[in-house]
Amino acid sequence: MKKMGFVLASTASLLMAGAAYATDVKIGVLNDRSGIYADIAGEGSVIAAQMAVEDFKATDKGINVSIVSADHQNKPDVGSNIARQWYDTENVDVIADVPTSSVALAVNEITKEKNKIFLASGPASSDLTGKACSPNTVHWTYDTWALANGTGSAMVAQGGDSWFFVTADYAFGHALERDTSAVVEASGGKVLGAVRHPFPGQDFSSFLLQAQGSGAKVVGLANAGGDTINAVKQASEFGITQGGQALAALLMFINDVHALGLEVAQGLVLTSAFYWDKNDQTREFSARFQERNAGQKPSMIEAGVYASVLHYLKAVEAVGDKDAAKVMAKMKEMPTEDPLFGKGTIRADGRKLHDMYLFRVKKPDQSKRPWDYFETVATIPADKAFRPLAEGGCSLVK
Amino acid sequence: MFELLGIPPQVLFGQLLLGLINGSFYAVLSLGLAVIFGLLNIINFTHGAQYMLGAFGAWMLLNYLGVGYWWAVFIVPPIVGVTGIVLERVMIRRLYHLDHLYGLLLTFGLALIIVGFFRQFFGVSGLPYPPPPLLTGGYNLGFMYLPNSRAWVIVASLIVCLATWFIIEKTRLGAYLRAATENPTMVGAFGINVPLLVTLTYGFGVALAGFAGVLAAPIYAVNPNMGADLIIVVFAVVVIGGMGSILGSILTGFGLGLIEGLTRVFYPEGSAVVIFVIMALVLLVKPAGLFGRSV
Repeated sequence: MKKMGFVLASTASLLMAGAAYATDVKIGVLNDRSGIYADIAGEGSVIAAQMAVEDFKATDKGINVSIVSADHQNKPDVGSNIARQWYDTENVDVIADVPTSSVALAVNEITKEKNKIFLASGPASSDLTGKACSPNTVHWTYDTWALANGTGSAMVAQGGDSWFFVTADYAFGHALERDTSAVVEASGGKVLGAVRHPFPGQDFSSFLLQAQGSGAKVVGLANAGGDTINAVKQASEFGITQGGQALAALLMFINDVHALGLEVAQGLVLTSAFYWDKNDQTREFSARFQERNAGQKPSMIEAGVYASVLHYLKAVEAVGDKDAAKVMAKMKEMPTEDPLFGKGTIRADGRKLHDMYLFRVKKPDQSKRPWDYFETVATIPADKAFRPLAEGGCSLVK
Repeated sequence: MFELLGIPPQVLFGQLLLGLINGSFYAVLSLGLAVIFGLLNIINFTHGAQYMLGAFGAWMLLNYLGVGYWWAVFIVPPIVGVTGIVLERVMIRRLYHLDHLYGLLLTFGLALIIVGFFRQFFGVSGLPYPPPPLLTGGYNLGFMYLPNSRAWVIVASLIVCLATWFIIEKTRLGAYLRAATENPTMVGAFGINVPLLVTLTYGFGVALAGFAGVLAAPIYAVNPNMGADLIIVVFAVVVIGGMGSILGSILTGFGLGLIEGLTRVFYPEGSAVVIFVIMALVLLVKPAGLFGRSV
């Protein structure tokens, strides 16, 4: 009897020692692999997650990381099913990325319910750290409030005090329109109207004509990816800027500029959390990334996947365990530091804070080499770049 | 000045014109589908991919060979047509004696493969295609600013649609074609090479898709998915017009473009579904389509 107890105790202690040595972590990268967001957050995000695991040298530190990925097709129902299956039957600990706010809001809820962790780099809706905030979510890269605050304020400061929105008709577009309207109105501007276009769209001529007819000084595009590309291309065709109206692409990625060409995209002002050509560290990462991602430079979302996975692994190492509550507490307690976003912090509501940048797209003759697209207009410091903690309405904030 | 439901007439005219322009894409694409279905009884789901091929063909000519838009308008459609002829010769013709469903599945699968192939090489964001100098700028019509590029789309597609209608309905060649669909054995007995006629017809229908693709290149983002959403709408147009009806597909194409344009003014959120609502209504009332012969 005594012997048996000894065997049990030693087995148990062996098991515990084993747990301390190796933690198995499974990361699920969930995003758009084939649709209009696939170039800003598709395979590239998976590559970024892999690079984070490699650069962290996870195996040397006793963390065995496996990465799985799936296509949510920008549909909340598809995304929810994958998330549930991952958490329930495939032992996924963390879901990363998830562009398309409507899908991200669903994954946010499921992650909370299953007590796992959601590293949101892809989605934009500021509701993720506002009324839908969750103790299990970190919203890493950007949000609609930051975009509105950056591009919206800049346009109003340049005299663009009346706005008309062309908005993608789903959670993201609505949030971006709402947050930008608030900024415009707070700065003394007026919103003259908005038109909601089906998502995804191809022909924007009719909506642009309505924007033209509104007489607003600024036409705000509250959409993203392929929708923004088509809208900007057609705005140039319909002479929106020649007619004296300014175009504000409220969410624009470097890949969109690449697809449009500088001839069409030049002069656009945009807010971004990341640019590959910012410093030596970002250039070094981006060169490595580009080699693995079919010649494409990283978008800010892909950069955010890299940085958030890196920070998560640091927290797992520090805790020595992957328990969601402990790791989340550690992630919020430790300051963040990575080569792409520099130093930062994660707030109680899950908002990751770092500097944001206001960029202007270069003229064709200013661009000296491939992907040389942005010039910096302003740096928005971390404490000014995101919505103040008290204003979000997050229940985690007391 | 009169206003209709709060919309000033200038805005309305502008939207109607834009609707017509979008309708011209529907018309050219659904015309190609109608020709193929009418004469081959094949539901060509590869049509969207072939439209995309047209746009990429124009892009490749410009970027690899330095050949501009105006040449592309004439060069690309025949090339895309030839790729269609190869498909027809190698695969599609083996299915003529089977149910429609098999042709649909084959062409749908082919479309997925072609689109996937282009996505692998070019990504989904698309490629820049600068409009030629003649198509930049535009005219102020008073009620709207009409870009030259759009004016050209409507002119070019009207010419192509009318020419196609004329060839099929009013010429000897068209008579052979129509006869061959009615009774291929009898027409063959008169010494006409029916299989060749069928192959060329498929090639022509595909070339029409390629032509629409070239027209789209300076206007829409040139990306692998550009045909995927459009093709569903165009199928709805063909169903509404009546499967296989040449004139029906042209008129319905333009007409539905107009209706979609109006929806974008009065209820923009519904503009993506309005065509399908109409399709459902038409199928309930007139199952053969507006211009189709009831079977």
